[in-house]
Amino acid sequence: MASMRDIKRRKASIQSTGQITKAMKLVSTVKLQKSRNKAESSKPYFNLMYETIAAMLKRSGNMDHKYLRAGDSKKKAVIAITSNRGLAGGYNNNIVKLISGDPALPKEDVKLYVIGRKGRDGLARKGYEVVKDYSEVINEPLYQDAADLTKELLEAFGRNEIGEIYLAYTSFKNTVVHIPKLVKLLPFTMEEQAGGSEENKAQALMNYEPNPEEVLDRIIPNYMSSLIYGALLEAVASENGARMTAMDSATNNAEEMIGKLELQYNRARQGSITQELTEIIAGANAIS
Amino acid sequence: MADGMRVKIITPEKQFYEGDATMVELSTTEGDIGVYPEHIPLTAVVAPGVLKIHEGKEVKEASLISGFLTIMPDAVTIMAEIAEWPDEIDFDRAEQARVRAERRLSEHSPEMDVARAEMALKRALVRLGLKH
Repeated sequence: MASMRDIKRRKASIQSTGQITKAMKLVSTVKLQKSRNKAESSKPYFNLMYETIAAMLKRSGNMDHKYLRAGDSKKKAVIAITSNRGLAGGYNNNIVKLISGDPALPKEDVKLYVIGRKGRDGLARKGYEVVKDYSEVINEPLYQDAADLTKELLEAFGRNEIGEIYLAYTSFKNTVVHIPKLVKLLPFTMEEQAGGSEENKAQALMNYEPNPEEVLDRIIPNYMSSLIYGALLEAVASENGARMTAMDSATNNAEEMIGKLELQYNRARQGSITQELTEIIAGANAIS
Repeated sequence: MADGMRVKIITPEKQFYEGDATMVELSTTEGDIGVYPEHIPLTAVVAPGVLKIHEGKEVKEASLISGFLTIMPDAVTIMAEIAEWPDEIDFDRAEQARVRAERRLSEHSPEMDVARAEMALKRALVRLGLKH
C-alpha cells in the first residue's frame, strides 16, 4: 500500500486540478450565456435573408446565374471553424473528423480557410492544404470578418480557382447538444441549405431593381456573409458549451477520485496506528 | 388606401427597428425613393444614404450604408448590413474618414482603389449628414 505521505500529496494535486476545472467551468458558463444570446439575436436576419432568396428563386424560376452553377475548377474551398483553445472535449476533433471523413472532400482537392488554431493544426497534420488562417476572428467574431472572408472566397470563385465552397462548423442546438455540420455555400442550392422556413407568403409578382441578376449578385454575398457570421457565433456558443460540459465532468471525476483517496488515506492511517499499537503492546509484554 | 405599413429593419447583430410607418425614404442604387403603403412589390439594393421613417408627424432618421430591401404593399423589410441611429455614430471618426477619403481621391495614384475611396467618402458624408 502506498505510504500516507504519497496519498496525501496525490490528493492535494488532484484537489488543485479540480479547482482549476471548476473555475474554467464557471468561466465558460458565463461566456456561453453571452455567446448564446448573440447567436440567437443574429437568427432573424439570417432567416429573413433565406426567405427572401428562396422566394426570389422560386418566383423567378430557373435563373442562370454564376453563383447558381458550380465552377469549372475541381478544387473545393472549405471554411473550417474551430477554436483557438483546447480542453473542450471532442469539440475541435469533431470538425477535423467531419472534414477528413467526408468522401466528397478528397485531400488533394480541398483548399482550407481555417478559423481556429486547433482545427488548423489538426487538419494540417493530416496533410490538408491550408490557404488562409483567420484564427484571430474566433475570439470576437464581427460581421465585417464574415464579409471579408466572403469577398475573398467569391474572388477566388470568380477567378475559377475554386469550384465549390463549403462551411464546416458546430451548430448549437442547446447547452449539451452540439452538432458538427457541413454546409454547401456555393453553388447556391435551396434544398441543401439549413434552416429558414420554406413558406412562400408573398405570391405577388416581385419587381427587381435594377434587375434580378444584379440583385442576386448582391444578395448572395450578403447571404453567405450572414451564414458565415451565424456559423461563427454558433461555433463560439458550442465551444463554450462543450468546454463547460468537459470541465463539469472533469470536476466530478476529480471529486470522485478525492473521495477514493480519502478512503485510502484513512485506511493507511488506521493501519499505521494499529501497527504502532501492536508494536507497543508486544514490547510491553516482552519487558514484563 | 391603408394608412400604415409594417417597417422592419434587421441587421446581423440585432433587430434594428420595427414599427408602423406612413412613409419611408431611403436611397437605392437606382436613386432615392420614398415608399408609401400599397407600393408595388419590389426588391432593390441599398445605396449609402439617410433613412427616414415617417411615423405620422414624427420622423426618425438613421444612416443606412448597405444591404437590400423588400417592399410589399403592407410591409417594408430592410436587411441592412450596416445601419446606425444618430446617437450611435462616432462623428469624430466619420470626420476623420471623410478627410482620409478625400485625400486619397485627390492623390490620383495609380494603385489607388477609386471605387473604395468613393464608397468610404460617401459613408462618411452620410454619417456626418446626421449631425445636428
